Amino acid sequence: MNRYPVWKYAIILVALLVSGLYALPNVFGEAPAVQVSAAKATMKLDASALARVEDALKAAGIAADAVTLDGTSIKARFSNTDAQLKAKDAIQKALNPDAADAGYVVALNLLSRSPAWLTALHASPMYLGLDLRGGVHFMLQVDMQAALSKKAESLAGDIRSVLREKNVRHSGISRNGQTIEIRFRDTQALEAARRVVADQFGDLTTVESPDGTEFKMVASIKPVAAKSVQDQALKQNITTLHNRINELGVAEPVIQQQGQDRIVVQLPGVQDTAKAKDILGRTATLEIRMVEESAEARAAETGTGPVPFGSERYLERNGQAVIVKKQVILTGDNLTDAQPGFDNQTQEAAVHLTLDAKGARIFRDVTRESIGKRMAILLFEKGKGELVTAPVIRSEIGGGRVQISGRMTTVEAADTALLLRAGSLAAPMEIIEERTIGPSLGAENIAKGFNSVTWGFVAVAIFMCAYYMLFGVISSIALAFNLLLLVAVLSMLQATLTLPGMAAMALVLGMAIDANVLINERVREELRNGASPQAAIHAGYDRAWATIIDSNVTTLIAGLALLAFGSGPVRGFAVVHCLGILTSMFSGVFFSRGVVNLWYGRQKKLKSVSIGTVWRPDSSNQVATN
Amino acid sequence: MEFFKIRRDIPFMRHALVFNLISLATFLAAVFFLFSRGLHLSVEFTGGTLMEVSYSQPADLNSIRATVAKLGMTDVQVQNFGTAQDVLIRMPVQKGSSSGQQSEQVLAALKADNATASLRRTEFVGPQVGDELAADGLKALAFVVVGIMLYLAIRFEWKFAVAAIIANLHDVIIILGFFAFFQWEFSLPVLAAVLAVLGYSVNESVVIFDRIRENFRRYRKMNTVEIIDNAITSTISRTIITHGSTQLMVLSMLLFGGATLHYFALALTIGILFGIYSSVFVAAAIAMWLGIAREDLIKATAKKEEDPNDPNAGATV
Repeated sequence: MNRYPVWKYAIILVALLVSGLYALPNVFGEAPAVQVSAAKATMKLDASALARVEDALKAAGIAADAVTLDGTSIKARFSNTDAQLKAKDAIQKALNPDAADAGYVVALNLLSRSPAWLTALHASPMYLGLDLRGGVHFMLQVDMQAALSKKAESLAGDIRSVLREKNVRHSGISRNGQTIEIRFRDTQALEAARRVVADQFGDLTTVESPDGTEFKMVASIKPVAAKSVQDQALKQNITTLHNRINELGVAEPVIQQQGQDRIVVQLPGVQDTAKAKDILGRTATLEIRMVEESAEARAAETGTGPVPFGSERYLERNGQAVIVKKQVILTGDNLTDAQPGFDNQTQEAAVHLTLDAKGARIFRDVTRESIGKRMAILLFEKGKGELVTAPVIRSEIGGGRVQISGRMTTVEAADTALLLRAGSLAAPMEIIEERTIGPSLGAENIAKGFNSVTWGFVAVAIFMCAYYMLFGVISSIALAFNLLLLVAVLSMLQATLTLPGMAAMALVLGMAIDANVLINERVREELRNGASPQAAIHAGYDRAWATIIDSNVTTLIAGLALLAFGSGPVRGFAVVHCLGILTSMFSGVFFSRGVVNLWYGRQKKLKSVSIGTVWRPDSSNQVATN
Repeated sequence: MEFFKIRRDIPFMRHALVFNLISLATFLAAVFFLFSRGLHLSVEFTGGTLMEVSYSQPADLNSIRATVAKLGMTDVQVQNFGTAQDVLIRMPVQKGSSSGQQSEQVLAALKADNATASLRRTEFVGPQVGDELAADGLKALAFVVVGIMLYLAIRFEWKFAVAAIIANLHDVIIILGFFAFFQWEFSLPVLAAVLAVLGYSVNESVVIFDRIRENFRRYRKMNTVEIIDNAITSTISRTIITHGSTQLMVLSMLLFGGATLHYFALALTIGILFGIYSSVFVAAAIAMWLGIAREDLIKATAKKEEDPNDPNAGATV
């Protein structure tokens, strides 16, 4: 009566194999490694870069255990930290000959020591949180009010120039917080302006009111548009942070949006918070200048003459030199947006820039005087300039809407727009949470969590075996299987494991044994009431099941609440807690029943089961002690 | 081995009133301490900076206090953390200086004092985050309470749901009472432990309620008190063994988990101990006062004979 059909055993076997396979990488531990990734969006890592890394290592006489190119990064694994540090220097020198202009990020990292075939199966060890591996964690709050004010400011400028174009007379435009106030002397002008705004500024809603002898129109940003401004501000800030963190040389930075207006930055392995903070808070500047096109400059471009006085030499992305005047026409402060797009007439890829009112005026004046000449757009970071693009001015450009086009692919247009936008933060940010965990503390925390789980497990297993004999052994095996499943699932999902997560692992094992205790007690009770061993096993599992479900659901409700409302350490706890409850249902009931069935199921005339003392109140003799 | 050789049903319910009065007294004491002393909330909730600094020799707390005081920071707490070499420094949000600067300033001053000082971790939490965490914690608590009550009301009956939730909320308040009385630090992991305990000790009540329902079906002649007594007696061995096993794990955390997991494990320990007490003595008694009867449960059980999720359904019989 206690037999499983073959398919149930097949399920158990498959679960055992798969979980064993995916839990395996955790056994191998981690090896020191050097990771190379591209520092700029325009740099691509390919087989030639891989060859350069390999050559550099060979030249330096360092033997790497493995050098692999996977997607966006090259990883080289070493047997000890000594070789790792030497290799980092060697690779750094080979890939970034000019330290001031680094094209690649060369960072120290830890890599799983598991063999290649496991890695090919995408089996990797559990992803350790910062409290276990050490590093810094920042939570930044983006000042959305400032982003909206900035948008209102640029819209005010736009309205001013459009109204001038349409010859609508107003007596003043001003930004008041996030609204734009426009004053008029008469109702005709007001009416005309209202039509213009409704026509050309879809993002604004207007309210009119008389103001003394004048008329006032207050335009405010529509909620939908405000939302998109905020989304964009957040995205742009994340992009900017990405670019900056690349310079820190962090192997696996995490930069994530959290909620509506927050960004979480996690830098594993970084200890120098001061430097990290400095880099996160730095501002990059964009500059627009004119290209020097005198004969001397031409000579300097080809390298046959000195750079003329008052000019500087920059390299274009295709490697061609451009001589740029030092005089700055516009800075990034005047740039409000940059988007990739297409030229209306030629359908060529283009970048659309939007300038604020002051920028637009200067730009119109400059372009009127320099048709046919080239202008250069430069990005400065850490005092180092990079030439983004140097287009030819074809006509006078007014209205603050600038289009850069010609000889660009759509990818290049997107990259350029990104670079221009990434130069500055869309809105100021403030650090509202910061955590630093030293590497020694991380290693200690791992040991603490590991010891808690191990010794707790051993204690419970010893007690179960002593108290329930063979059924206790089976319960302990089921518990071990639960741990294996949990580790495998966490490795597969690459969920972040933290110290509270390890505590949850210990706790969930303590709770998971509940199912087996329930079953074993029920079996004993059935035996006490005089049921035959086979019937007792059957009834024990059957009756305990409803109770197990009920109790696990209530625990799961608590786990889900923690998952939904928890943050940081609580979330790490909740993830493991919830997963552990689910795996315990499988291992504690389905798996343990399978083992019991395998052991006892075939014996037709089973006289006794080894479940410890079954004590009967009516007689003091004991039944079935094995 | 068998620890529980019980010949007759133990008349738990005869003393229900006494147990409930004891519960009420502990509960009121917990509430009193919560209000009179308040919880010692961690930096996560209050906002501020926390630093863990390690020295090569046992640290001199007074000189550290003096060093920090010289920097003009107020309300700074300095205490040992785990070992004598490790020191935990807590600073409330200081006006005028921004987040990270504070910890850097203090570390520089400490290093100037004693070169062996090394930073093990820092934590800065802005005041706006703290308020949110407290609000989220309360939301999570509400979610758990409502969720569990709904589930129990559907699975059993509203009287059981009310009884279980009162019994277990009383556990939660008692844990908080302990934290208030001893002024132990109430941090986010402790909050997680409290909520986990809430879900866990509801288990206990569920097991007993399950048995009560079964007994109502099985023993038609018994009255409600006898049925509850029998249900508690026949599940008591399981209750104690399960909690014992869980406690073994928690004990292991208490011993090996270090200072970081200390209060987490402590909250679990109190929760588990009071969980046994409240499920056995409080939940069933409240259900009894609320007047559970055979008729309440018989309709509910009629349709649950076949459980589609039963893993044993396919087993050969």
